[in-house]
This record gives sequence, C-alpha cells and structure tokens, in this order.
Amino acid sequence: MNINWKWDMFFDAFPFILKGIGVTIGLTFACFLFALVFGFVWVILRRIKFKPINWLVTWTMEFIRSTPPLIQLFFIYYAWPMIPGIGVTLSSITCAILGLGIHFSTYIGEVYRSGIDSVDKGQWEASVALNYSTRQTWLKIILPQAIPPTIPMLGNYLIIMFKEVPLASTIGVVGILALAETYGAEHYRNLEAYTIVALIFLVLSYPSAILINKLERKMNRRFDKNAVMQESKGAVI
Amino acid sequence: MEFYFLYMGVIIINAIIEVFPVLMKGIHITITVFILSVIFGYLFAFIAGLCRLSNNIIIRSTTSFYVEIFRGTSLIVQLFWLYYAIPMLFNIGIDNRLMAGVLAISLNYGAYMSEIVRGSILAVDKGQTEASIALNLTRFQRMRLVVFPQALRMMLPEFGNYLIQMLKATSLVSLIGMTDILYHGNILRSTNLSMAPTVYLLLLVFYFIMALPLIFLTRKGEEISKRGVANG
Repeated sequence: MNINWKWDMFFDAFPFILKGIGVTIGLTFACFLFALVFGFVWVILRRIKFKPINWLVTWTMEFIRSTPPLIQLFFIYYAWPMIPGIGVTLSSITCAILGLGIHFSTYIGEVYRSGIDSVDKGQWEASVALNYSTRQTWLKIILPQAIPPTIPMLGNYLIIMFKEVPLASTIGVVGILALAETYGAEHYRNLEAYTIVALIFLVLSYPSAILINKLERKMNRRFDKNAVMQESKGAVI
Repeated sequence: MEFYFLYMGVIIINAIIEVFPVLMKGIHITITVFILSVIFGYLFAFIAGLCRLSNNIIIRSTTSFYVEIFRGTSLIVQLFWLYYAIPMLFNIGIDNRLMAGVLAISLNYGAYMSEIVRGSILAVDKGQTEASIALNLTRFQRMRLVVFPQALRMMLPEFGNYLIQMLKATSLVSLIGMTDILYHGNILRSTNLSMAPTVYLLLLVFYFIMALPLIFLTRKGEEISKRGVANG
C-alpha cells in the first residue's frame, strides 16, 4: 500500500487554514459566555416552586439537551426567519452563538445547580438566623461557596464546546473547518486540509484538558470538606 | 383574528402531513447508524478501558494514544477525516459512508467511555482485590467475578448519558451524504424554504421521541448503581 501524503500541500494549506483560528476560538468564547449567563436563567427558572412551570422548565431543558445541536442550528438559521410574526433573519455567527450557547446552557445550568445543592444546609439556616435578605443570602453566602468548586467542570465544558464549534461551518461560519473544506475542494486535496484541522484541535485542546485536570485536583483539595477538617484536626493535635 | 389562527392551523397540519412521510424515508438509516455505533462504541470502550489497565507498557501507551487523539479532536473533524482523507491517504477507492459514519461515532465515544470503564474499575475498593487474592482467585477470575461486576454498576449512569450523546451524534452522518432523516429534511427545506419551521421542528421532535426511552434507561441505570451490589 503506498501512502499518498504530500508535504508541500501540507505547508501550502497550513497558513490558509490557520486564518480561521480567530473565528473558531472567538466563537467558542462567545458561545461559552452566552451559556454561562443563560445557565443562570435555567437555575432561576427551575427554582420556581409552581408545579406546572417547574415541569415545563425541566422538560424544556431535557428537550434541548437530548436533541442534536446540528438540527438546532439549522432551526435557528433556516426556520426561525420563516416563522410569521416573531421571525427575524440572523447572521450565521449570531445563529451559532445562540444555538450552541442555548444548547450548552442547559448543561451549565445543571453544573450550577449541583454547586448550589452542595452548599451545606447549615449555611442557609445561618443566613436566616443572621437575618440576611434573600439577595444577601445568595450574593454573600450561597453563590461564593457554590460557584468556585464548579470551575473545573465549567472548564471541561469550555473544551467540549470548542470541539462542537466546527458544527457552525454547516451554516456558513468560516472557521478552520470551513476553510479546510474550501481548500480541499479547490485543490482536490482533502487529506492534508482535514489533517491540519485535526492537528490544530489536538494542539489546542489537549494541553487545556491537562490544565483543567490539574486545576480540578487543586480545587478538590481545597474544597473537599473532609480533607479540610482532617487537616485542621491535624493542626490542633 | 380567529380566521387567521384557523388558517395557520390548516397550513401547519397540511405541512406536517406533507413532511412526515418524507422524513420517515430516512428513519431506518438513523436507527441503523445509532445501533451499530452503540454496539461498536461499547466494544471499543471496554477494549480500550481494559487495555489501559494492562501491565504491558506497549498496549497501555498505544491505547492512551488512541484515546487522547479521539478525545482531543472533534467528532465532525474525525468524520470528515475518515470519509474524505483516509481513502486519499491510502489511495483506495472505498466509498462506504455507513462504515465511515459508524466508525467515527463509535471510535469517538468509545474513547470517551473507555475513561469511564477505566475509572470505574479503579474505583472498586482495594479490599475487594485483596480479598480475592486471599481467596486464591486467578487474575482473570478476580476481574471477571469480583471487580468487573461491581465496576459495571458504577458505569451505568454515565453509559446512559453517552447513549443520548451518540443518538445526537447520528445527525452528523447527513454531512457525509448519508440519507438519514436530517438529509431528507434538508432537501425538503432547499426546495421550499417556507417549510423549514415544520421540517426542523418535526426533526427535533423525532430525535426527542427517540431519546425518551434512553432518558428513562439512564434514570434506571442511576437507580441500579445507587442501590449497590448487596441489595441488588
């Protein structure tokens, strides 16, 4: 079997494809920010005690989470402008931010919720005992304890989103994947073009995954309550 | 106003009647890809997960290499790479979309799930291993009879989640030209743009209905894994 690999093609395609890296990374962070903010919306909506609304919110989240982001992107890009009354035409970048942002906000909402649930019940009771208002309870007691332990998980979602962003090339966002497709079609050389895209993803996401892993271990040590208690016990003895 | 709503209702029902049969033409492809991906995905996951616990450094490092490559790049890139680049690399003229689609999805999620297999096996209490050594079980018996059944329970909830992820991933195969439900939907949309809302809404509902049993399966898995071995 002879291997059909051309280095000159590789070096020719590399600068061309690398031009899209700004769009890909920018879009990742834009989607992530959107999801971070929108995740809070889900948390607030899920805390509504009224049964039918709670049920509706839970199943809406489940619906968004268990349907493919690709079709959600198509829906926002092609179908949304066609809906009479509320439809507006959006640029492909906006669609990508909205689509992927909403899709991942349901995951991030769950992350926030797990963080809030892990705050000790005594903290709520203490804030009642100290006569804190609801606003103060949330901003000064609950959230400062709930959010920092979730940072590694959020970091993981950032990497996952980075890997989902090339989906946006299907609605015409010109990131690295779309440029690779263009190059491959122009030169009849898909091989090198797609290999470059894979390499770029690997080079960017692998080190960040290691970084997040380290952060997670550090955070676990810091926030593991038993470990803290054991340490403090040791200090006393 | 009432007339308007009635009019819209008739349009929507007509559109659904028109769209539904067209989409159904692709349903068997979606289901085939999903089932094959699940089978191969779990297969790769168990093989890779167990290989990463091997004592042989060559097996261990080769598997790590596979897992890191597939976890480090995105599924859509792997799919395109397998379908467009591999035949070019080896100068072969295979044009098997089903194979490329299933391989991409199962290799990708197999890599993710191998980490769960590995983590669960490592999470089984050390005392269990020690006890089975004390009972004079062989290495293989120890894994098959003691460690693995306990690890399997820990894997269930995450495995359920990945089932849903794999179902979602099957929509990508339309991008390499497989005639699944999304492919038929896209054709319908390109012929008549005003049908786009019905088409994509129906597609989302389709996927949700397919995901529903998986969601309940995941919950069941969570229950089983919470209950533990002793009470099972």
